[in-house]
Amino acid sequence: MPEMTYSAALNRALREEMNRDPNVFVMGEDIGVWGDGGGVFSVTKGLLDEFGSHRVLDTPISEEGFVSMGVGAALVGSRPVVEVMYSDFLTLVMDPLVNQAAKMRYMFGGQAKVPLVVRTNLGAAGGKAAQHSQSFETWFMHVPGIKVVVPTTPADAAGLLKTAIRDDNPVLFLEHKLLYFMKGEVPDVIEPIPFGQALIRREGKDVTLVATQVMLQLALKAADQLEEEGIDVEVIDPRTLVPLDLETILTSVRKTGRCVIAHEAVERAGWAAEIGFEVSLQAFDYLDAPIVRVCSANLPVPYTKDLEAVVIPNLNDIKDGIRAVYQGKQYSRGGRAINE
Amino acid sequence: MQTIQKGVTVVKDSKQNKRDNELEVRLLRTMMLARAFDSNLPTLYNKGLIQGSSHSAIGQEAVAAGACLALRPEDYVTSTHRGHGHTIAKGADLTRMTAELLGRETGFCRGKGGSMHIADFSVNMLGANGIVGGNFGIAAGAALSLKLRGSDAVVLSFFGEGALNAGTFLETANMAKIWNLPVIFLCENNHFAMSARPEDMLAVKAIVDRAGAVGISGVEIDGMDVGAVFDAVQAAAARARAGEGPQFIAAECYRFEGHFSGDTMAYRDSAEADLWLERDPIPRQIQFLVSAGVLTTEAVTLMESEVKALVDEALVQASAAPFPDPQQAWEDLYA
Ligand SMILES: Cc1ncc(C[n+]2csc(CCOP(=O)(O)OP(=O)(O)O)c2C)c(N)n1
Ligand SMILES: [Mg+2]
Repeated sequence: MPEMTYSAALNRALREEMNRDPNVFVMGEDIGVWGDGGGVFSVTKGLLDEFGSHRVLDTPISEEGFVSMGVGAALVGSRPVVEVMYSDFLTLVMDPLVNQAAKMRYMFGGQAKVPLVVRTNLGAAGGKAAQHSQSFETWFMHVPGIKVVVPTTPADAAGLLKTAIRDDNPVLFLEHKLLYFMKGEVPDVIEPIPFGQALIRREGKDVTLVATQVMLQLALKAADQLEEEGIDVEVIDPRTLVPLDLETILTSVRKTGRCVIAHEAVERAGWAAEIGFEVSLQAFDYLDAPIVRVCSANLPVPYTKDLEAVVIPNLNDIKDGIRAVYQGKQYSRGGRAINE
Repeated sequence: MQTIQKGVTVVKDSKQNKRDNELEVRLLRTMMLARAFDSNLPTLYNKGLIQGSSHSAIGQEAVAAGACLALRPEDYVTSTHRGHGHTIAKGADLTRMTAELLGRETGFCRGKGGSMHIADFSVNMLGANGIVGGNFGIAAGAALSLKLRGSDAVVLSFFGEGALNAGTFLETANMAKIWNLPVIFLCENNHFAMSARPEDMLAVKAIVDRAGAVGISGVEIDGMDVGAVFDAVQAAAARARAGEGPQFIAAECYRFEGHFSGDTMAYRDSAEADLWLERDPIPRQIQFLVSAGVLTTEAVTLMESEVKALVDEALVQASAAPFPDPQQAWEDLYA
């Protein structure tokens, strides 16, 4: 299996889908010629040359407008893959995603199909600060009608993107800035990966740890290191948050009796709360300790390194979270601003 | 003066037109249908048969009828909260429309949409929209898709003058222009956005200047003259089909009724309304057809009662339809 970056894997999946289906087109800001000809994170590299400017559209800075246009194009038979440069700008496209795309099939009584993919990237990546570092995935889990995908490995990114493009529903495809240039093995033939199938990334018997993206990578490291302390951690990657494979998580917790959930979105009302609630409800009798979540502090993401580190969880935070649940203690790093 | 058919002489806005009698009659009939449909709203509302908001387009029928009859069946329209007329004119079935207003299982949206989300994809009517300004991008995006797929269909976006102040208009009209998309932006200036008046809210004096800001030249037309609307949309559709890109039409009309059922219109001067009532597009078209000898007054009366009977029959049939089983609330979320 060839090794490639997450960005290159996404690029390959996009190219293959564009070759497979002439209805697929991509649009977004600076995706055609910027940088190495592939947008800010190289995901669309080379596509303009290969497919031409009618299938690779560089848009003006009109997020609400071009995401709405993606909705309209999807409605009449295209399969647009629309890039939003940073997920922070999703605030500008709430109407087309939430009120239009997510609602059309339902409010029109099943008449509409909206095969739209909106790709963007989550997360802090060192000094991008308050308006280019946020993780908004939970907001969209709260909107029935949209699927939410959070791939971590290059292989998953490629396989899940294919599924997203072939899906007849709106899909929010959330990449992560720090993952774009990490390498991993990608199969020679990229098969679509079904949504709603979590992966057990590491088996263990003492603690279940659910995490995505950068937190997942830290979780795997933490699990390796805690072996020395005699804690055997099972690490689960949900891969898609909507639909969510709760069964795999519940089965694991019923085995381990302990659950940690780690995400980069802020702690307050983040998706850890949702999964934690379901676990407490459906695996209550199996729990040996309060559920722990390791999440960003309830703060904007600050600029300078030492401040950013206060907000975004690191390896030690995840280890502390695991130790806490192992010892039956409570843990939180969400905190409260002084004037709250 | 122009002879249009079988020695019938037509005088109309001293303009040349190629509309034949059959079309002129269809324009009238379509307006009458839309009027009859919306005329039932207060009763339905007061009887509690329809819930939520329903917006009457009485007074604006010329825009809906003129525009939709100038389009081909394969052309698309996107609509607004005030969309019954657009939907009827595009050819949607009255019974299924009524059933949707009544929340019945047989409605176009199986009772999940109601008045504000009526859609009939079978006639390429892509939906009313509860979000003012929400349909510009949908229309332009549909036009983008048509262009990419080499279709020669066009898309028409109906919207009110209030929606022109949503940022989505400039965003999507700009993209429609740079990508030369086959979309017609048809602004219905009915002189109200709820209580807000265009002269207070629009910084431009002439509505077409808003389109001019993105390089789209538009036309301002009399939206109370169904023939004028037909001609303008037909010409715009022909240009869009010929690859001349986005078109903009500002149709001046008037909202005869309140913003929605139940609006007391305390903000409206009735003398102003009276002036507009004199320009009611339906009597105007009747007068034109009668004086041209195309229709007798008896024929008009007959048509009026026939149209009313259709709307009433739709109500009878829709009322007999079942409400959806509550379990259907779980259906239709994902494809
Ligand atoms: C984004 C948004 N803002 C406000 C409203 C509330 N609202 C519904 S209709 C309307 C007035 C719209 O005026 P116009 O676009 O001229 O259409 P008209 O009602 O005259 O047909 C308003 C403010 C809404 N539905 N959506
Ligand atoms: Mg208005």
